[in-house]
Amino acid sequence: MSKVLKEQIDNMEMLCQDVFKMTIKSEYVAANALPGQFVNVKCGGIDALLRRPISICDVDKAKNTFDIVFQIKGNGTEKLCHKCAGDVDIMAPLGNPFLIDDKYKNICVVGGGIGTFPLLYLLKSSKAENKTALLGFRTKAAVVLENQFRAAAQNVEIATDDGTYGSKAFVTDLLEQRILELSKLGQKLDLIYTCGPTPMMRKVAAIAEKNNIACQVSMEQRMGCGIGACLVCACKTKQGEDEWGFSHVCKDGPVFWSTDVCWE
Amino acid sequence: MNKVDLSVKIAGIDFKNPLIMASGTYGFGKEYSEYVDLNELGGISVKGLTLKERKGNPPPRIAETPAGILNSVGLQNPGVDAFIKDDLPFLKQYKTKIIANIAGNTIEEYCEMAEILGSSEIDAIELNVSCPNVKAGCLAFGTTPKGIEEITSNVKKYCKQPLIVKLTPNVSDIKSIAMAAEAAGADCISLINTILGLAIDIHKKRPILANNFGGMSGPAVKPIALRMVYEAAQAVKIPVIGMGGISTSDDAIEFLLAGASAVMVGTANFVNPLCPIEIKEGIEQYLKRYNYNSIYDIIGKLELN
Ligand SMILES: Cc1cc2nc3c(=O)[nH]c(=O)nc-3n(C[C@H](O)[C@H](O)[C@H](O)COP(=O)(O)OP(=O)(O)OC[C@H]3O[C@@H](n4cnc5c(N)ncnc54)[C@H](O)[C@@H]3O)c2cc1C
Ligand SMILES: Cc1cc2nc3c(=O)[nH]c(=O)nc-3n(C[C@H](O)[C@H](O)[C@H](O)COP(=O)(O)O)c2cc1C
Ligand code: FES
Repeated sequence: MSKVLKEQIDNMEMLCQDVFKMTIKSEYVAANALPGQFVNVKCGGIDALLRRPISICDVDKAKNTFDIVFQIKGNGTEKLCHKCAGDVDIMAPLGNPFLIDDKYKNICVVGGGIGTFPLLYLLKSSKAENKTALLGFRTKAAVVLENQFRAAAQNVEIATDDGTYGSKAFVTDLLEQRILELSKLGQKLDLIYTCGPTPMMRKVAAIAEKNNIACQVSMEQRMGCGIGACLVCACKTKQGEDEWGFSHVCKDGPVFWSTDVCWE
Repeated sequence: MNKVDLSVKIAGIDFKNPLIMASGTYGFGKEYSEYVDLNELGGISVKGLTLKERKGNPPPRIAETPAGILNSVGLQNPGVDAFIKDDLPFLKQYKTKIIANIAGNTIEEYCEMAEILGSSEIDAIELNVSCPNVKAGCLAFGTTPKGIEEITSNVKKYCKQPLIVKLTPNVSDIKSIAMAAEAAGADCISLINTILGLAIDIHKKRPILANNFGGMSGPAVKPIALRMVYEAAQAVKIPVIGMGGISTSDDAIEFLLAGASAVMVGTANFVNPLCPIEIKEGIEQYLKRYNYNSIYDIIGKLELN
């Protein structure tokens, strides 16, 4: 169950140009948040009216804190980055989390840009034997949380669009390579988790399907209420045979099975 | 301290307080019941219902504008029968009044829905002739006195519960529309529905909403809504339910003073799920402060300069 909470900001840190990590003290969220869930944050007053959905990036249960990492996009996130102390008004934790199950032994996360953030807490929470993280960023200066990812997964590969760091490639290329390498060793990924721009996730979903690997995607959509009441955050999904309908990212998602999403 | 009475009687229905949740912003109540005791609310107007299930418009369905939002949900709903079977029983556990908001493509559809709802446990019907987000019907009925009169008088014949007609602000003379609804047998009118608007993504040179235009709501529309509620309340004898941008008790009191017997709260719920309760408490404090015993002491008490 989620709650409306006014919680104390514990720390605020700039990770790179325009990307900030906010650590928030919250016994309730630390105890209840699951990987893939998000918080709906009030950023400003009447000029950033709606709350902004931001993923839970990490949780420190011992300290009763959790982190959100966000990039400045517009009015709301711009306001949020100036909050360094005091409290913040959140609704949390929200949404349908990633599936974590012991039966998936060899997992891989594929993230792009701001879509990498929710994958960290997922990797930390998973007890899979073999964990791979394939992370894509625009350029070297935009690479964040690398050390945290390295601590949470055995294999971490980074791609940048301009080749200034890691490989000059798309993360989807890295995924195809990884699948190929594993198959040479007679191994196979059991589950792929992905979050990032829609074209990237569409490609990841296609690769997963082609290779018969289960895949979970975390979708993004503009939101109103964040809890399933206003029906604005629609995502086209398969419902029944040959049927489709609009599911809602805030309540039915953000995490969906890739095969349930209509990728058109 | 004196005890104040917030209850209002509208079209024969006893609302324990004048706070009703606006259609389309509160779903069928379930989601918000995690945050708010629905027993505390005067009423809930449910998501707009159609005769058959509707999938709604493609996303994006929302755009934020200064102090407001545009939406183009397009009446996604499971259909009136599914609502009665699957959603109404949940709502009926609570001591709050349930208003069924209905929309259709033809007058016959509206009548059929009113008939179906007649044997359900809802407390009132709200005729949505003002939704800007669907192609056929709906808004078209609401923009002329003749259109309003025709649909209201026809649907009224099938209504077992009181009939509220919800008016659109996208008209030039709200008074004549309100009077037409009254003359045709409406038991109450509610206004405003959303104002047709547009928001553009300047980088893509395209509207943000997939459906191009959308209905505007939120604090930015309040002055327009308030003026229209005042004009409508002056023009008719039936009770008026006011809405549009209400997010604080001061906002709600303005509407009551302007002549609304009750208010609906929509967009503000997205920002603060607890706002209906806070508004209710604020109204109570206001009444106490001026030594009023009842909400009726302020309804329509605006004096023009
Ligand atoms: C489930 C979910 C998780 C997210 N997690 C993160 C995260 O961990 N870190 C991060 O940096 N960003 C995340 N985002 C994206 C983030 O919500 C947007 O970047 C943010 O809302 C932009 O707000 P703004 O006021 O700065 O931009 P503006 O463009 O001024 O916002 C205008 C309106 O559009 C909405 N909007 C704009 N872009 C998006 C978008 N991409 N997705 C959803 N709504 C949008 C805003 O919420 C606001 O209502 C997430 C989005 C979703 C749906
Ligand atoms: C997301 C959304 C969906 C809505 N859906 C409906 C609807 O189905 N039927 C209806 O009569 N009004 C609908 N409305 C209009 C509201 O009931 C209300 O008239 C309007 O939002 C103004 O009030 P507000 O400023 O408090 O939100 C909707 C509004 C929003 C924001
Ligand atoms: S944001 Fe309201 S239903 Fe998802």
